[in-house]
Amino acid sequence: MYAQMIKTAHSGVHKREDMTPEERAFQDKIDNDIKIEPRDWMPDDYRATLIRQIGQHAHSEVVGQLPEGNWITRAPTLERKAILLAKVQDEAGHGLYLYSAAETLGESRDELVRLLHEGRMKYSSIFNYPTLNWADIGAVGWLVDGAAIVNQVALQRTSYGPYSRAMIRICKEESFHARQGYHAIMKMAFGTPEQKKQAQDAVNRLWFPAIMMFGPSDADSTHSEQSMAWKIKVKSNDELRQQFVDQTVPQIEYLGLDLPDPGIKWNEERGHYDFSDPDWSEFFDVIKGNGPCNVDRMKDRVTAWEDGAWVRDGLLAHAEKKAARKVAAE
Amino acid sequence: MKNEWPLWEVFIRGQHGMSHRHVGSLHAPDADMAIKNARDVYTRRNEGVSIWVVEARHIAATAPGDKGPLFEPSESKVYRHPTFFDIPDEVGHM
Repeated sequence: MYAQMIKTAHSGVHKREDMTPEERAFQDKIDNDIKIEPRDWMPDDYRATLIRQIGQHAHSEVVGQLPEGNWITRAPTLERKAILLAKVQDEAGHGLYLYSAAETLGESRDELVRLLHEGRMKYSSIFNYPTLNWADIGAVGWLVDGAAIVNQVALQRTSYGPYSRAMIRICKEESFHARQGYHAIMKMAFGTPEQKKQAQDAVNRLWFPAIMMFGPSDADSTHSEQSMAWKIKVKSNDELRQQFVDQTVPQIEYLGLDLPDPGIKWNEERGHYDFSDPDWSEFFDVIKGNGPCNVDRMKDRVTAWEDGAWVRDGLLAHAEKKAARKVAAE
Repeated sequence: MKNEWPLWEVFIRGQHGMSHRHVGSLHAPDADMAIKNARDVYTRRNEGVSIWVVEARHIAATAPGDKGPLFEPSESKVYRHPTFFDIPDEVGHM
């Protein structure tokens, strides 16, 4: 998802009989759905895992601005341009909410950004794919934000209070993102044959990367168990992916587009759509840094950070000067 | 004047999982006393599970007269609301 392959700081799930009294009381709170707050006692691994997960989630929001920002100056109408700007602006805000939540755990935002820029933290694999035409912008809002919503709605119930509250706020805003995307792709799908072709092409290219967002299948997701026990993760990767496929297939059909995967079939017995596995070797390759846009994305982020240094430093120097003058005047 | 206790703003978390909300203010000589007083004044009927206090002079606020320029521009940006986009019922909740 926006946070993929988060390693818990140790392997296996803590057994109750091995827990200290503090750990036991902590687990009881979680089992009773009582939120953990910044000043509560928490196991070091819980803190470390959350910092990684929330940090990666925050990085995804910020890096996620790049593929869409690519189209702001080329939006087909002024209205679409204003809408896209508003969406990209929202993503910056979502990054901020999440960095703030991570900061309540004792890690600074600058430190998280440094770890990202040094390649020691990741962002979601999906943002390493290019946005080649306008239909991609519709498909990103609809499919990518749609997949994010499925994950984030579940995470509203996560055990860490500041993370949960950030998710609640984000979910309220995400609905706009998905709907503007679907609205844009509806216009294409019901437009000229060329537009419809572009819409089909966007769905074909983005389908598998979108369903990869939920991370590897549960069988291969070695770090999930403890995160589930701590309610850092609320639903498994496969559960979330299935939910996304089930809600999205009728939306593709409504557009009159071909399904992007011949394996998609309604399974009466399961009450769900069957679908093909994505190419997981591609997923792991993209995570490793070999996706079509990894290098560009990191270069853009690092450049933005470095080019902005004089502004950050200047404003800080100005604030310090003003504070010193105030002290002198008192 | 010099010996007046400073003013503190009080924020209470009403129940677990919720954010702290501003409930009022009080005077106290220091943060510890402000928390004790807040507990006595604002949580007598079990209104809270956590208290924050901040000295009022540390809160920066918008000027009431700036309300128009600050908040009116968002009125014309109706597309920020999901309901701006007509999505057919057939495709389900979005």
